[in-house]
Amino acid sequence: MKKKIVVVGNGMVGYKFCEKLIAKDIAKNFEIIVFGEEIRPAYDRVHLSEYFAGKTVEDLTMAPSSWYAENNINLILSDPIVDIDRDAKTVRSHHGIVEGYDYLVMATGSGAFVPPIPGVEKDGVFVYRTIEDLDLMQNHAKKATKGAVIGGGLLGLEAAKALLDLGLKEVHVIEFASRLMPRQIDEAGSRVLQTKLETLGLQIHLNKNTQEIVGDGIIEAMQFADGSRLDVDMLVISAGIKPRDEVARVAGLEVGIRGGIVVDNALQTSDPNIFAIGECALAHHMIYGLVAPGYEMAEVVATKIVGGEKEFMPFDMSTKLKLIGVDVASFGDAFIEEPNAQTIVFENSAKGIYKRINISNDGKYLLGGVLVGDAEQYNMLLQNTKNKTILPPDPEDLMLGARGGSEGGASGVMALPDEALICSCEAVTKGAICHEIVENKVTTLDGIKKCTKAGTGCGGCVPMVKDLINETMKSQGVFVRNILCEHFDYTRQELFDLVKIKGYKTYNEVLDNLGKGDGCEVCKPAVASIIASLWNEMILEKGNATVQDSNDRFLANIQKNGTYSVVPRIPGGEITPEKLIVIGQVALKYNLYTKITGGQRIDLFGAHVSDLPEIWEELVNAGFESGHAYGKSLRTVKSCVGSTWCRFGVQDAVSFAIEVEERYRGLRSPHKLKSAVSGCTRECAEAQSKDFGIIATEKGWNLYVCGNGGVKPRHAELLATDIDSETCLKYIDRFLMFYIKTAEPLTRTAPWLDKMEGGINYLKSVVIDDVLGMGETWDAEMNLLVEAYKCEWKEVVDNPELRKRFTHFVNAPKVKDPNAKFEPMREMVKAAEWK
Amino acid sequence: MVLEQTITWHLACNTEDIPADGGACALIEGEQVAIYNFARRGEWYATQNLCPHRQQMALSRGMIGSTGAEAEPKVACPFHKKTFSLKSGECLSGDDYVIKTYPVKVENGQVFIGME
Repeated sequence: MKKKIVVVGNGMVGYKFCEKLIAKDIAKNFEIIVFGEEIRPAYDRVHLSEYFAGKTVEDLTMAPSSWYAENNINLILSDPIVDIDRDAKTVRSHHGIVEGYDYLVMATGSGAFVPPIPGVEKDGVFVYRTIEDLDLMQNHAKKATKGAVIGGGLLGLEAAKALLDLGLKEVHVIEFASRLMPRQIDEAGSRVLQTKLETLGLQIHLNKNTQEIVGDGIIEAMQFADGSRLDVDMLVISAGIKPRDEVARVAGLEVGIRGGIVVDNALQTSDPNIFAIGECALAHHMIYGLVAPGYEMAEVVATKIVGGEKEFMPFDMSTKLKLIGVDVASFGDAFIEEPNAQTIVFENSAKGIYKRINISNDGKYLLGGVLVGDAEQYNMLLQNTKNKTILPPDPEDLMLGARGGSEGGASGVMALPDEALICSCEAVTKGAICHEIVENKVTTLDGIKKCTKAGTGCGGCVPMVKDLINETMKSQGVFVRNILCEHFDYTRQELFDLVKIKGYKTYNEVLDNLGKGDGCEVCKPAVASIIASLWNEMILEKGNATVQDSNDRFLANIQKNGTYSVVPRIPGGEITPEKLIVIGQVALKYNLYTKITGGQRIDLFGAHVSDLPEIWEELVNAGFESGHAYGKSLRTVKSCVGSTWCRFGVQDAVSFAIEVEERYRGLRSPHKLKSAVSGCTRECAEAQSKDFGIIATEKGWNLYVCGNGGVKPRHAELLATDIDSETCLKYIDRFLMFYIKTAEPLTRTAPWLDKMEGGINYLKSVVIDDVLGMGETWDAEMNLLVEAYKCEWKEVVDNPELRKRFTHFVNAPKVKDPNAKFEPMREMVKAAEWK
Repeated sequence: MVLEQTITWHLACNTEDIPADGGACALIEGEQVAIYNFARRGEWYATQNLCPHRQQMALSRGMIGSTGAEAEPKVACPFHKKTFSLKSGECLSGDDYVIKTYPVKVENGQVFIGME
C-alpha cells in the first residue's frame, strides 16, 4: 500500500518539495496530492517583476502541468484546503474534496501584510504577490501616471521597479523607518542606495507614516501623519509579509505570537504527522522569507519522509539582488561593529558604490558585510565568510578586487575548500561540481547544470561555476591547446597559415594532408571559412558545398519549419522605390513574410528551398545581390542619413557606408561582421555597438572597433580620431585581416580583443604603427579579396548544375516539403511552432 | 525458428544526385529518406530525414563526418547540431533519441533503399 502525502500549497517551495521527493522515492512508495489556491501551477515569484519586463507566465512557470501528470502527482488547482481533521487524518478543500493523508506538508507560503490604514479598500490600491495582482496592476496602470509604494524594503523596491516598468511617470517610495532596506543593509549603505535610486527616477520619502488613503471610491491622494499630502492615482502596499497559517491555526497546531506555524529542527509541527515548510513555517523563532532556506526545508522534509535523517539548521540569510539595476548584497553578520569587530568601508558616492566588510578583531576571519552598487565580489566574500578562510594581509583587496597585481579573480575559487557551498539554491558544493568535471568529464556549463542542478535556481552562482570549470580543467592539464576538433591537431591560426602556405583550396585536400578521420560539423565549416577568407572563391564549387553549414550550402538562413529566409543586400540601407517594388512583388508571388531587419534591410521569410533560385533570379535581374545574411561574413553597414539631409550631419554618412559595405561585402571571417556609419556625434546609426563603427567629426571620421550587441553587449573602443576616408579604409583593412588571421572560430571581434594581450593599445600599435610589419602585405591581400568578389547568388542563378542542388526531394524536384507548415499571423504567415 | 524478413528495394535516385560527402532527401513510399554519399570512404547510408529533437525534416541537409577511434560515421542536424550515428541511428550528442536507418544498395549508377 502506498503512503499518501498531501501537500497544501503549490508555490515555489511546495513544488520543490514534490521534485525532491520524487527524486528520492525510487521505490515509488508514495502517492502525492497537491492542493493549490491559485489557478496555475507554481511559478517563480522571486523574478515576478520580470513579468512586466516581458517575461510570460510560461517563462516563469516552475514546471508545466504535464510534469505533475508524468510524475503521477495529482495536482488540484483553484481549490485551497480549508479544514484539517487531525484525528481522522483528512483534509477538506474549498470545493468539498476530502482526502486522507499519512503525512501532511503545509507549504501555504505568505500573503502581503496590509496595515490597517483607512482607505486601503479603495480602487487603485494593490498588493504585489501573485500574477493576478500583476494583471490587475497592469490594467489600472494604463490610466495612471503617479504611483506610490508603501514599504522601502526589498519587496517594496521590487514593486517600485514594477511601477517604473509599467510606464508610470512618477514613482514614490514611502518608508516609515529612517532608511531603505533596514533588514539587509546599514545606514551608510542605505544612503548610497537612496541617492542612486533617486538618480534612476524614484522619489523616496523616509520617516513617513501614512494616515489615510483619500479618494471617492478610487485613490486620489495619501495623507501623512506629519500633515503632508501626496497626490497619486495608484498605490502598491508592500509593507511586509504575513505567514498563511490560518488553516493550521484553526486545526489547533501551535502558531507563533506574530504568526507562523511553529516547527522543530525536523520541521515537524506540534502534530508529528504534519510538516510545515517555506514562508508559513516559524523555524528557530523566525520566518525565512527567502527561497534558498525554503528549498532547504523541502529537502529536509523529503529526506525525512523517505526515512533519511536531516535537520534544518539556522540558515544563512545572505542575499544578493539587483534592484532597478543596482546591485545590493548583504552577507554573514552585516551589522556587527566596533568593539566586536573591525570594519573596513569604501565609498564612492559619485559612482553610487558602497562596500563594507566586517572582520574579526584578530584580523583573521571575515564575519560579514554589505555591498551596494557593485556586488561582483559577493560570491567570493560569502564563501570566505562561510568557510572561515584565513584572510590575506590586506583584506580590503577582497572587497575591491586585486588592483594591478597578478592574482586573477578565478584563482580564488580554487582556494575554497571542497565543502564550500557554490549553489545555495540547490545546495551544491564545490566538491560535487569538481567531481563531475574530473571524474565524469562534464566540462560545459549546461552539463554541470544538468547533472548537479547548480546554477538552475537564481543563477547567481553561474560565474563561479564557469570559473570552477575553467580552473579545474586547467589544473588537470586539459585543453592546454585550443585545437580545432578531434580531426585536426592545430589551432585555427596554425591551420590558417598552413593552408595559405600550401595553397590548399578544398576541404578534402586540407583533411588529407593536415588532419585525420572524416571530419565533422566543427572542422568542416571552420576550414571552409579559412579557405573562403584566403581565396574568396565561390564557396559552392570544387566539392566545398557539403562542408558548409546548411546556411552557406543553400545561401540562405534556415528557419524554424525548414524553409529559408532571403536577404538581398541593401548597402547603407539606401534603396530606390523601384527596388522596393520588386521586393514587394517577389514576396507576394512566393507568399513570403517580410520584415525590416535590425541592419536596415528587408528579410523575406518562408521560402521553400526549391523556390530559392527562382526568387533570386528575379532579384538579381532587378539589380540586387546576395546580402550574405547566411554567412560568417560582413552583414550590413548601417547608416544614418548624414549631412545630405540632416541639419546636424557633418559628413555624408550614407555615401561612406555604401562605400564601406561594397568594399567588404562577401568577405568571409571567423564570425559575422557588422558595421555602421553615423553622420555626427549624435550617433543615430549606433556605430559604437559594431565590430567596426565610424562616426563623423568636423574634420573627418573617428574609427571605433570591437563593439558588440549580441549576448554580451560591449561598447566599441576608439582606434583612431579625425582620419580621412582613405586612412579609415586602410585601418579597417588591416584590422580585419589581423582579426581573420588570428581569431578562433566563431569568435566575434569583441571577445577576440578581450583575450588579446595588451588590448586596444596593442591593436592600435599593430594597425596604426604597423609594429608587426604586416601592413603592406595585408593591404595587398585585402585588395585581392575585394577584386575577387562575385555575387554568389548570381553565380548560382547562371549555373544549371548548381541550381539543381536546390530541391527538397532529389527524386521529385517539384514537390515541396509537406512538413514545412505555416500559421497565419496578422496579415501574413509565420513558421508553425515547433515541439 | 527462422525469422524471415522481406526487404523491398526501392529506386531512389541516381548516384550523381547525391553530392559527394553530403546528403539529399528522397521521397519513397510517402516517407522522407535522407541518403548520404560518404564518398571519402566509398560508403552509402540512409536514415529518416526527420530530426527527432525539434521534428524538422532536415537531416539530409546536415554535415556528415566521423567520430571516435572507430571512426563512427555520423550526421549533424543543421538546426541544433544534434549528431546521429549513420550506422545505428543512435544520438551521439547525449540525448536518448534513435533515428531509423535503411539499407542502401548501389547498382549501375542507381541508388536503392531497402524497406521492410
